[in-house]
Amino acid sequence: MKNVYKNEMKLEFLSKSSNESFARITVAAFASQLDPTIEEISDIKTAVSEAVTNCIIHGYEEKEGIVTIESRLFANSIEIVISDNGKGIENIERARQALYTSKPELERSGMGFTIMESFMDEVEIESIVGVGTKVTMKKMIKVNEHE
Amino acid sequence: MQVEYKKEDKQLLLKIEEEIDHHSSGKIRKRADYEIQLHIPKKVIFDFTNVTFMDSSGIGMLIGRYKLASMLRWKS
Repeated sequence: MKNVYKNEMKLEFLSKSSNESFARITVAAFASQLDPTIEEISDIKTAVSEAVTNCIIHGYEEKEGIVTIESRLFANSIEIVISDNGKGIENIERARQALYTSKPELERSGMGFTIMESFMDEVEIESIVGVGTKVTMKKMIKVNEHE
Repeated sequence: MQVEYKKEDKQLLLKIEEEIDHHSSGKIRKRADYEIQLHIPKKVIFDFTNVTFMDSSGIGMLIGRYKLASMLRWKS
Protein backbone atom coordinates (compact mmCIF):
# COMPACT_ATOMS: atom_id res chain seq x y z
CA MET A 1 0.00 0.00 0.00
CA LYS A 2 2.90 2.31 0.78
CA ASN A 3 3.64 3.19 -2.82
CA VAL A 4 0.10 3.74 -4.04
CA TYR A 5 -0.29 7.31 -5.17
CA LYS A 6 -3.46 9.25 -5.83
CA ASN A 7 -2.23 11.48 -8.61
CA GLU A 8 0.86 12.20 -10.65
CA MET A 9 2.15 14.95 -12.92
CA LYS A 10 5.20 15.74 -15.00
CA LEU A 11 6.36 19.16 -16.10
CA GLU A 12 9.19 20.05 -18.48
CA PHE A 13 10.35 23.56 -19.23
CA LEU A 14 13.35 25.53 -20.50
CA SER A 15 15.93 26.60 -17.93
CA LYS A 16 14.90 30.26 -18.06
CA SER A 17 14.76 32.23 -14.83
CA SER A 18 11.32 33.53 -15.83
CA ASN A 19 10.07 29.95 -15.39
CA GLU A 20 10.98 29.87 -11.68
CA SER A 21 7.67 31.42 -10.62
CA PHE A 22 5.79 29.27 -13.17
CA ALA A 23 7.35 26.13 -11.67
CA ARG A 24 6.61 26.88 -8.01
CA ILE A 25 3.07 28.12 -8.70
CA THR A 26 2.30 25.03 -10.81
CA VAL A 27 3.56 22.61 -8.15
CA ALA A 28 1.67 24.55 -5.48
CA ALA A 29 -1.52 24.29 -7.54
CA PHE A 30 -1.00 20.53 -7.92
CA ALA A 31 -0.27 20.15 -4.19
CA SER A 32 -3.44 22.05 -3.31
CA GLN A 33 -5.40 18.86 -4.11
CA LEU A 34 -4.18 17.56 -0.72
CA ASP A 35 -5.79 20.56 0.98
CA PRO A 36 -2.56 21.81 2.61
CA THR A 37 -2.34 24.83 4.89
CA ILE A 38 -1.08 28.15 3.55
CA GLU A 39 2.13 27.53 5.45
CA GLU A 40 2.64 24.11 3.85
CA ILE A 41 2.03 25.60 0.39
CA SER A 42 4.51 28.35 1.12
CA ASP A 43 7.13 25.77 2.22
CA ILE A 44 6.61 23.79 -1.00
CA LYS A 45 6.85 26.90 -3.20
CA THR A 46 10.10 27.98 -1.57
CA ALA A 47 11.68 24.51 -1.78
CA VAL A 48 10.70 24.18 -5.46
CA SER A 49 12.06 27.64 -6.19
CA GLU A 50 15.40 26.69 -4.61
CA ALA A 51 15.71 23.43 -6.54
CA VAL A 52 14.70 24.96 -9.89
CA THR A 53 17.07 27.90 -9.38
CA ASN A 54 19.87 25.39 -8.71
CA CYS A 55 19.14 23.62 -12.02
CA ILE A 56 19.26 26.95 -13.90
CA ILE A 57 22.27 28.56 -12.21
CA HIS A 58 24.41 25.54 -11.32
CA GLY A 59 23.20 22.65 -13.49
CA TYR A 60 23.01 24.56 -16.76
CA GLU A 61 25.05 27.61 -15.70
CA GLU A 62 22.35 29.83 -17.24
CA LYS A 63 22.63 28.12 -20.63
CA GLU A 64 19.68 26.46 -22.27
CA GLY A 65 18.51 23.10 -20.98
CA ILE A 66 15.42 21.27 -19.81
CA VAL A 67 14.29 21.21 -16.18
CA THR A 68 11.95 18.36 -15.30
CA ILE A 69 9.58 18.24 -12.35
CA GLU A 70 7.68 15.09 -11.47
CA SER A 71 5.30 15.06 -8.56
CA ARG A 72 3.15 12.43 -6.91
CA LEU A 73 0.40 12.89 -4.37
CA PHE A 74 -0.07 10.23 -1.70
CA ALA A 75 -2.84 10.08 0.91
CA ASN A 76 -1.00 12.39 3.30
CA SER A 77 2.20 13.42 1.56
CA ILE A 78 3.65 14.86 -1.62
CA GLU A 79 6.77 13.79 -3.47
CA ILE A 80 8.50 16.25 -5.80
CA VAL A 81 11.40 15.22 -8.04
CA ILE A 82 13.30 18.04 -9.76
CA SER A 83 16.01 17.09 -12.23
CA ASP A 84 18.33 18.49 -14.88
CA ASN A 85 20.81 17.10 -17.39
CA GLY A 86 23.43 19.65 -16.46
CA LYS A 87 26.97 19.59 -15.12
CA GLY A 88 26.25 17.69 -11.89
CA ILE A 89 27.56 18.21 -8.37
CA GLU A 90 31.12 17.12 -7.55
CA ASN A 91 30.74 17.12 -3.81
CA ILE A 92 27.17 16.70 -2.56
CA GLU A 93 28.13 16.90 1.13
CA ARG A 94 29.75 20.28 0.57
CA ALA A 95 26.84 21.52 -1.55
CA ARG A 96 24.45 20.68 1.31
CA GLN A 97 26.39 22.76 3.83
CA ALA A 98 24.73 25.99 4.89
CA LEU A 99 26.42 29.10 3.47
CA TYR A 100 28.55 27.11 1.01
CA THR A 101 28.18 28.31 -2.56
CA SER A 102 30.21 27.51 -5.65
CA LYS A 103 29.16 30.85 -7.12
CA PRO A 104 29.80 33.63 -4.55
CA GLU A 105 30.40 36.06 -7.44
CA LEU A 106 26.69 35.79 -8.29
CA GLU A 107 25.77 36.82 -4.72
CA ARG A 108 24.33 33.42 -3.95
CA SER A 109 23.67 32.93 -0.25
CA GLY A 110 24.51 29.22 -0.15
CA MET A 111 21.20 28.51 1.59
CA GLY A 112 19.41 26.57 -1.16
CA PHE A 113 19.72 22.99 0.13
CA THR A 114 19.43 24.18 3.75
CA ILE A 115 16.08 25.79 2.93
CA MET A 116 14.89 22.65 1.10
CA GLU A 117 15.87 20.53 4.12
CA SER A 118 14.16 22.88 6.59
CA PHE A 119 10.91 23.20 4.68
CA MET A 120 10.51 19.62 3.48
CA ASP A 121 10.55 16.39 5.49
CA GLU A 122 13.01 14.53 3.26
CA VAL A 123 15.54 15.73 0.71
CA GLU A 124 17.61 13.29 -1.31
CA ILE A 125 20.23 14.40 -3.83
CA GLU A 126 21.59 12.18 -6.59
CA SER A 127 24.13 13.58 -9.00
CA ILE A 128 26.61 12.41 -11.61
CA VAL A 129 29.19 14.90 -12.88
CA GLY A 130 28.54 15.64 -16.54
CA VAL A 131 25.20 13.82 -16.54
CA GLY A 132 22.89 15.72 -14.23
CA THR A 133 21.31 16.12 -10.84
CA LYS A 134 18.09 14.84 -9.33
CA VAL A 135 16.60 16.19 -6.11
CA THR A 136 13.78 14.20 -4.49
CA MET A 137 11.79 15.94 -1.78
CA LYS A 138 8.94 14.68 0.36
CA LYS A 139 6.58 16.54 2.60
CA MET A 140 3.86 15.26 4.89
CA ILE A 141 0.55 17.07 4.52
CA LYS A 142 -1.77 16.76 7.48
CA VAL A 143 -5.20 15.52 6.51
CA ASN A 144 -7.92 17.92 7.56
CA GLU A 145 -10.48 16.42 9.87
CA HIS A 146 -13.54 17.88 8.20
CA GLU A 147 -13.08 15.63 5.19
CA MET B 1 10.02 48.69 -6.70
CA GLN B 2 9.09 52.08 -5.22
CA VAL B 3 11.89 54.41 -4.27
CA GLU B 4 11.68 57.27 -1.79
CA TYR B 5 14.65 59.41 -0.80
CA LYS B 6 14.46 61.74 2.18
CA LYS B 7 17.08 64.42 1.61
CA GLU B 8 16.97 65.87 5.14
CA ASP B 9 17.77 62.48 6.77
CA LYS B 10 19.78 61.12 3.81
CA GLN B 11 17.55 58.10 4.04
CA LEU B 12 16.77 55.83 1.08
CA LEU B 13 13.62 53.73 1.28
CA LEU B 14 13.28 50.86 -1.17
CA LYS B 15 9.83 49.31 -1.17
CA ILE B 16 9.91 45.94 -2.84
CA GLU B 17 6.60 44.98 -4.37
CA GLU B 18 7.29 41.81 -6.30
CA GLU B 19 8.10 38.20 -5.46
CA ILE B 20 11.84 37.89 -4.83
CA ASP B 21 13.53 34.99 -6.60
CA HIS B 22 16.61 34.53 -8.79
CA HIS B 23 14.73 36.04 -11.74
CA SER B 24 13.60 39.25 -10.02
CA SER B 25 16.56 39.71 -7.65
CA GLY B 26 18.83 40.77 -10.54
CA LYS B 27 16.55 43.68 -11.39
CA ILE B 28 16.10 44.64 -7.73
CA ARG B 29 19.88 44.55 -7.22
CA LYS B 30 20.51 46.78 -10.25
CA ARG B 31 17.92 49.34 -9.19
CA ALA B 32 19.07 49.34 -5.55
CA ASP B 33 22.71 49.85 -6.52
CA TYR B 34 21.75 52.62 -8.95
CA GLU B 35 19.73 54.46 -6.30
CA ILE B 36 22.43 53.98 -3.63
CA GLN B 37 25.10 55.37 -5.93
CA LEU B 38 22.87 58.23 -7.04
CA HIS B 39 21.95 59.45 -3.55
CA ILE B 40 24.85 58.19 -1.39
CA PRO B 41 22.43 57.80 1.55
CA LYS B 42 23.38 57.46 5.21
CA LYS B 43 20.76 54.84 5.69
CA VAL B 44 19.15 52.31 3.36
CA ILE B 45 15.82 50.75 4.34
CA PHE B 46 14.30 47.80 2.52
CA ASP B 47 10.53 47.56 3.01
CA PHE B 48 9.23 43.99 2.63
CA THR B 49 5.63 44.75 3.64
CA ASN B 50 4.27 43.84 0.20
CA VAL B 51 6.59 40.90 -0.51
CA THR B 52 4.59 37.69 -0.74
CA PHE B 53 7.45 35.35 -1.66
CA MET B 54 11.20 35.24 -1.16
CA ASP B 55 13.77 32.47 -1.55
CA SER B 56 17.53 32.31 -0.94
CA SER B 57 18.17 34.59 -3.92
CA GLY B 58 16.67 37.37 -1.81
CA ILE B 59 19.05 36.57 1.05
CA GLY B 60 21.99 36.78 -1.38
CA MET B 61 20.72 40.08 -2.77
CA LEU B 62 20.33 41.60 0.72
CA ILE B 63 23.73 40.41 1.95
CA GLY B 64 25.27 41.83 -1.22
CA ARG B 65 23.73 45.28 -0.59
CA TYR B 66 24.75 45.07 3.09
CA LYS B 67 28.36 44.31 2.12
CA LEU B 68 28.36 47.22 -0.29
CA ALA B 69 27.02 49.52 2.41
CA SER B 70 29.53 48.26 4.99
CA MET B 71 32.33 48.70 2.52
CA LEU B 72 31.34 52.31 2.09
CA ARG B 73 30.77 52.65 5.84
CA TRP B 74 27.16 53.53 5.52
CA LYS B 75 24.67 52.62 8.15
CA SER B 76 22.23 50.15 6.76
